[in-house]
Amino acid sequence: MKTMIRSARAALLAVAAIAVAAPALAAGAGPHIERQQWSFSGPFGSYDQAQLQRGFKVFKEVCASCHGAKFLAFRNLAEEGGPGFTEDQVKVIAAEYNVMKGPNDDGEMEELPAIPSDRFPSPFPNEQAARASNGGAYPPDFSTLAKARAVASGFPGFVFDIFTQYQEHGPDYIYNLLTGYEEAPACFGEDFSSYYNSKFIGGSVTFEECKGQVIPGGPIGMAPPLSEEIVEYTDGTPMTVEQYAQDVSAFMMWVAEPKLEERKNLGFRVMIFLIIFASLLYFTKKSVWRDVDH
Amino acid sequence: MAGHSNYVPQSAAAKWLESRLPVISLVRGSFVDFPTPKNLNYWWTFGGILFFVLIAQIITGIVLVMHYTASTTAAFASVEHIMRDVNFGWLMRYLHANGASMFFIAVFIHMFRGMYYGSYKAPREISWILGVVIFLIMMATAFMGYVLPWGQMSFWGATVITNLFSALPLVGEPIVNWLWGGFAVDNPTLNRFFSLHYLLPFMIFGVVLLHVWAFHTSGNSNPTGINPKTKQDTIPFHPYYTVKDLFAIVVFMIFFAYFVFYIPNFLGHADNYIEANPLVTPTHIVPEWYFLPFYAILRAVPDKLGGVILMFGSIAVLFVLPWLDTSKVRSGTYRPLFKQFFWIFAAVCVGLGYLGAMPAEGIYVTLARILTAYYFAHFLIILPLLGFLEKPKALPASISEAVLAGSGGGQPAGAVSAPETK
Amino acid sequence: MAQQDTVEPTRRDFLYIATGAMGAVGVGALAWPFIHQMNPDASALALASIEVDVSSIEEGQSIKVMWRGKPVFIRYRTEKEVGEAKEVPIADLPDPMARNLNLGPDADASDVNRGVKDNEALIVMVGVCTHLGCIPLGEAGDFGGWFCPCHGSHYDTAGRIRKGPAPENLMIPPFEFISDEVIRIG
Repeated sequence: MKTMIRSARAALLAVAAIAVAAPALAAGAGPHIERQQWSFSGPFGSYDQAQLQRGFKVFKEVCASCHGAKFLAFRNLAEEGGPGFTEDQVKVIAAEYNVMKGPNDDGEMEELPAIPSDRFPSPFPNEQAARASNGGAYPPDFSTLAKARAVASGFPGFVFDIFTQYQEHGPDYIYNLLTGYEEAPACFGEDFSSYYNSKFIGGSVTFEECKGQVIPGGPIGMAPPLSEEIVEYTDGTPMTVEQYAQDVSAFMMWVAEPKLEERKNLGFRVMIFLIIFASLLYFTKKSVWRDVDH
Repeated sequence: MAGHSNYVPQSAAAKWLESRLPVISLVRGSFVDFPTPKNLNYWWTFGGILFFVLIAQIITGIVLVMHYTASTTAAFASVEHIMRDVNFGWLMRYLHANGASMFFIAVFIHMFRGMYYGSYKAPREISWILGVVIFLIMMATAFMGYVLPWGQMSFWGATVITNLFSALPLVGEPIVNWLWGGFAVDNPTLNRFFSLHYLLPFMIFGVVLLHVWAFHTSGNSNPTGINPKTKQDTIPFHPYYTVKDLFAIVVFMIFFAYFVFYIPNFLGHADNYIEANPLVTPTHIVPEWYFLPFYAILRAVPDKLGGVILMFGSIAVLFVLPWLDTSKVRSGTYRPLFKQFFWIFAAVCVGLGYLGAMPAEGIYVTLARILTAYYFAHFLIILPLLGFLEKPKALPASISEAVLAGSGGGQPAGAVSAPETK
Repeated sequence: MAQQDTVEPTRRDFLYIATGAMGAVGVGALAWPFIHQMNPDASALALASIEVDVSSIEEGQSIKVMWRGKPVFIRYRTEKEVGEAKEVPIADLPDPMARNLNLGPDADASDVNRGVKDNEALIVMVGVCTHLGCIPLGEAGDFGGWFCPCHGSHYDTAGRIRKGPAPENLMIPPFEFISDEVIRIG
């Protein structure tokens, strides 16, 4: 038994050594993502309603001109575990948008004010139209975006993530991206007309002059969307880029995972039940086996 | 399976049924009165855990099919519909997606247990081979299931894996087109994968019955590897192992629930929340974690066909494992050298898994080649030689003796006491 | 088994019963999500009420709208039709109840109880035959109302069953006027 454990330990250590050493040898210039504090992280996390409402405002007034959220229905805004708008507020919000409906009795499709059961209209009818209007870049849909972006934790970080229940790769990345715009490095040249973001994982620096330099992130098609006081907050929350980025990231997480609170609430009850049941079964098992040597 | 029951029908109804279809004595003979070695440790509970996970996957899968739409235009949206609108839909989907990983965690432990204790050796070769068949069908099922949400990794994973077959000389290209039902992964591919993904679990279920039948014919293996000799060596399956397996299943459910409720996307890939786009390849295509060791073997070989052959070979070699291991002793407990090599092998598999997740460049490729070579060497060189070179420890006379000596179930030495044996 | 032990067994029995009960509770609780997932989902419930503009319906005209996947007939009846419906004694009706979800379950099937309150000529009904769920044809049948072609049920101008196998009058869904022109059904 002892030798078994010893040899197992030796073998595992060898693999661990390889695993730690290998990335060091092949490290690239991936952006460093600063992890943020979120109200919805951890086993008892829940969304901050006021933050979601502010985030929705940022989305509506800034992001939504280019980004859609096609799986988000207006009614979701009033559902439990969300921003907590009232049904009447949702009706008003929905009515601000027009959606294509029909065909009517004359066979025509018509643009009518949205009702709560409608989904958010996308700003562009299709990807081609979106690219055509955005200099070839495609503003991704927000519906699942906060779950679709992740910067790998690497080894051994990903093991710790199991125990810390870290599932906030997406909002962390979005926050970092929104606050990661910087002056383009000199080697990009005079002609560089796009934007440089030090946290962008989708970009790679291909400029000849930049060879040999370590440049995190890369060129990005999206202009810096946020600036001081671009969205009016009425509850006294500071109107800074950082605050906007926090709020809209939290909102996007809710859009991507609207059942997070329901999940964590149910999870707690299931865990308690299973632990009690397992303990009872343990003693039952002991009791059944008490007369057997094994 | 039958033949172990001393069941005599009592009621008139039971007699009537038993004389027409002896199903009661079959079940009793297999899962109630079945004589089971009394020294099985907790590693043996993974068979029961796997049965639980299979049933859970089938039930959640049937539920998901009630809401899912297999079409390239609607699949992604229907999954989001499940996640957002269907009552407890998010629960069903997270159970099913994480359940696949749980299935593989349990099956890997189950297989390594079989390897450590020599459960594949005569007379249990058929049970082992059927187990490998189940493993193969499981992999096919998991792969096709992963395509169904129609995310970026679904699409590109399907493209890359089906393209493996194009490595075959002459017939490669026609076979791949036949698999796709077109010239790329598209709607016909999605629909046939859906159909097969629904079918295969029921085939697994069938093979599981054969797998159980086989080792119920030979009797369970056990941590000592020696056959039960007297009645003292065995106990009836019920209530001893039913309650033990149930306890293990519930503990496993805690582990399962932790993933489902707290880190449901930990084992998945973020890119699969992006809808499939045939025009954009993700920068780094990785399969699900349970395929990573095999993926590493595939990429370790610079030749396309060679990589494919080696990858399939890494599973094919398992079929002949019962004849590669030349040792007369079954259990690794009594094989001091084998034990060491077993753990090195286990570590190599973990290492291959890690390398499968890394980009195929530089040091990673070199390491993957070394570990791949070791993987095959373990089966083709080390195991055959060990049987001749190794001097095993003395085997106990019986399971009961091993239990009394405290080495029967890998129990700590403190459990030796209990003098009041009858 | 140590049967002679008198104290131990009770404690053990309690343990077994507690474990068994816990297991039964667990199975019961686990069953619920699997049952509930087949109930109408959030998107279906969101469509459970619809708003319809009825201002443009002229006398003698009907419109059909979809509500919960079923057609709803909205008809502006002619004076003649209303008159015919009023003349029928309740005692002659196979189903004497109003079947109007806006009224109590005891309301009788008089025309006043079938038509829209304060606007008797207008009638709103779920267009599903109460026999086996087919959709009746309008302005047809022996009573000038609706006729179900599947098994020959005749409804009168107030949607009341008069002849044929259907057991009940056509159902009147819950609805209300939310403005002078628009009704909300559901």
